Amino acid sequence: MISQASNYRRRAIVDQIMRGMAILATIVALIPLFLIIGYVIVRGGSSFSIAFFTEAYRAPIALGDDIRSPGGVLHGIVGTILITGLATLIAMPVGIMAGIFLAEYPSNSVAMTVRFCTDVLSAAPSIIVGVVAYTLIVRTTGAFAGYIGSIALAVLMIPIITRTTEEILKLVPQTVREASMALGAPKWWRTLTVVLPAALGAIVTGVMLAFARAAGETAPLILTVLGNNNLSYNLMAPIAALPLLTYRYTEQPFPVLNDLAWGTALVLTLMVLLVNISVRVATRNRLR
Amino acid sequence: MSHANQNEHPNITLKDLKPFYGSFQAVYPVNSIFKARSITAIIGPSGCGKSTVLRCINRMHEVVPGARVEGQVLLGDQDVYSHTIKPQAVRRRIGMVFQQPNPLRQLSIFENVAVGLRLDGMSKADVNVRVEESLRSAALWDEVKDKLNHSGLALSGGQQQRLCIARAIALRPSVLLFDEPCSALDPISTLKIEELLVELKQQFTIVIVTHNMQQAARISDHTLVFLVERINDVHRGVLVEEGETSQIFTSPQDERTTDYISGRVG
Repeated sequence: MISQASNYRRRAIVDQIMRGMAILATIVALIPLFLIIGYVIVRGGSSFSIAFFTEAYRAPIALGDDIRSPGGVLHGIVGTILITGLATLIAMPVGIMAGIFLAEYPSNSVAMTVRFCTDVLSAAPSIIVGVVAYTLIVRTTGAFAGYIGSIALAVLMIPIITRTTEEILKLVPQTVREASMALGAPKWWRTLTVVLPAALGAIVTGVMLAFARAAGETAPLILTVLGNNNLSYNLMAPIAALPLLTYRYTEQPFPVLNDLAWGTALVLTLMVLLVNISVRVATRNRLR
Repeated sequence: MSHANQNEHPNITLKDLKPFYGSFQAVYPVNSIFKARSITAIIGPSGCGKSTVLRCINRMHEVVPGARVEGQVLLGDQDVYSHTIKPQAVRRRIGMVFQQPNPLRQLSIFENVAVGLRLDGMSKADVNVRVEESLRSAALWDEVKDKLNHSGLALSGGQQQRLCIARAIALRPSVLLFDEPCSALDPISTLKIEELLVELKQQFTIVIVTHNMQQAARISDHTLVFLVERINDVHRGVLVEEGETSQIFTSPQDERTTDYISGRVG
């Protein structure tokens, strides 16, 4: 006969309580997230218009009680793509190669140092990276410019890409490495043709997530890129960026510009969301 | 045996071979000769160092961090641990097939066999010829000739293992090492691999590690029996007996071998 443990009721109750607390904690953690996204959608969505996506800034002029539309944020969208794109081009080769080094020579003393520095760097506040870029490059060259922002963002992206690459390469099974070793293949060949292709999908994921993270950084851009009210494709001069627009328009005394800041925030959120989701969809099957 | 012949079909000689993991010597010194054109089986219980000894032969032991080897492994009359020889060169003359079939996952069936040849910069036409020849030698050609561009992972476990054998054969090595090649396979696939090994011993010096004693009895000419010796909680592999396979299984000289093959220990 199956007998029931004497403390079964107590155990069932404790189980229910613990489960309830876990669910509650999850809800508490998610509330701010949904509040932020919801509020950005409501406030930002109302400022969306065709001009919002096709025009750069136009100075708001009061005509009686009516204030003319302040234009759009096309210059910010273009600027963010250019700045973050260049940052990715700089950070990707450095980060991936450093990651390969860490994964293939894990207990080398240089690797230990690099790994430690990478961890420190990934925890460094972005404003510090901005200040350093300002002091070393802006002060030296005497001018703000888009490319300096790219360099600052690249510094923030490199540790993310490095550590993702390292972790992913470590997951490539030892049997695959042994297969190529037993063929007498040299190490560089093994890494390039066997290990790296097996991990490529996941490495791309890491790069895109670093891109998404960098696209939202504001502090380093304030000190390096400065901003620009006009549509510009020139990374050698000050240029606009979405997080900069959000920051600047929030401070403005004109409600139309404040609305534009919300719209900019929504565009940035959607961009980051889009990158995240598309990366996950694209690599879902590969990772299995 | 003439010198040229010895070069093409070399014996393998182990002289005082001592594999280490860090400062720990995993196996007592091994002395043995594995004859060309025959199959030598290494049997023994888990942890007796049989795979370790096998991996010393083509210098795959040293890829484990901290692992090193003392003593000599001679391929013909050449020491594979000589300072003038690179491990990569050794591994191209001594092929290896592993326990788990490990085709390279992003490569097609054809490319899996061709991959080692491309390293040599072999011409495209020669690669085509060699791939077909190797797949035929591995008794796989008829099953894959219509799907050479498919992924190697689409094959069954036994086919994948024969693909790995073809990959090893393609480099025209002198020696083939097998590390429990059938332990992940079903009986029918196992039978096919065993038949293949008997076929291949015409061309190669074959060494196979197996924990399946019947398998060793079925296919090998020469057998080495390893056991674990426990002294003061230190476990170390030891070669207890070697000889003709028929002799090992019918009239073993060492009592420990008798106990092991009769299933009393191990």
